[in-house]
Amino acid sequence: MGRSYRIPLPGVAALALVLMTAALVLVFFVAPNDANQGFSQRIFYFHVSIAFTAYACFAGGAWKALVHLWKRDPLADLESYVAVHQGLIFGSLVLITGSIWAKISWGHWWLWSEDQLVLFLVLFLFYAAYFMLRFSVDPGPQRANLSAVYALFGVVLIPVSFLAIRIAKGFIHPVVFTRHGPNFGGWILVAYCVAQAAMLVLAYALYRVELAGKRLDERLRGLREVLA
Amino acid sequence: MTTAEKYVTAAYCAVFAMLLLYVVIIALKLTRLEREVDELAERTEAGPVEEPRERTLVG
Repeated sequence: MGRSYRIPLPGVAALALVLMTAALVLVFFVAPNDANQGFSQRIFYFHVSIAFTAYACFAGGAWKALVHLWKRDPLADLESYVAVHQGLIFGSLVLITGSIWAKISWGHWWLWSEDQLVLFLVLFLFYAAYFMLRFSVDPGPQRANLSAVYALFGVVLIPVSFLAIRIAKGFIHPVVFTRHGPNFGGWILVAYCVAQAAMLVLAYALYRVELAGKRLDERLRGLREVLA
Repeated sequence: MTTAEKYVTAAYCAVFAMLLLYVVIIALKLTRLEREVDELAERTEAGPVEEPRERTLVG
């Protein structure tokens, strides 16, 4: 059942710290102000990288769910659960930072007419309901299987949410990545790439910490049952 | 501080506050696990608990 990870957790955490510091320096001291949005555009660096990290967490959760259904590996179920949990944390950060950015740019905290916003909210609520489903069933293979199927269904919403701003006609949400590549260059691109890497490594570090805690909890429960 | 600067600061503070809250929750959980490990260690060090024997009359 044990699974060893090649990179030790302290190494991942240290890398996350270094990248996060570099990202903050680049965002606030190196990257220039945007010609249209000015200083407020700096929310973009974290908002977009957090959004992609949330998508990656949900996709990772779906992948682990598939592994669980395929191999019936209980650890894969736990990994799927932790990845979805991480996705929900980063998803809530997307909604918070997005609302703040919307308030500066559009003058509103939220716009129901924006497909991108509403679809991300749908994705977020879908995965929030994952926990309601998971904790309404007793622990065991049935719970693991139901959770895995649900996590797999949710992955369909990721491309829909991502492509929404490209499908929508009357959008005001900015399009960052087009068919011809990113909509920016120079230090803005460098700062964004570093922020994206920092967020992904941070999410991975938090994932590993939470997973270690959950595995320890399970092993302790097993030991208690043996000693009882 | 301009309005844009205030909003950007609020956004970044919200990100770090949420991540800090998450770390605090994980730390609390690890503290609970540590306490449970200590309890289990105490129980195993004390050895198996012997059941009290029933008194029987001899002779």
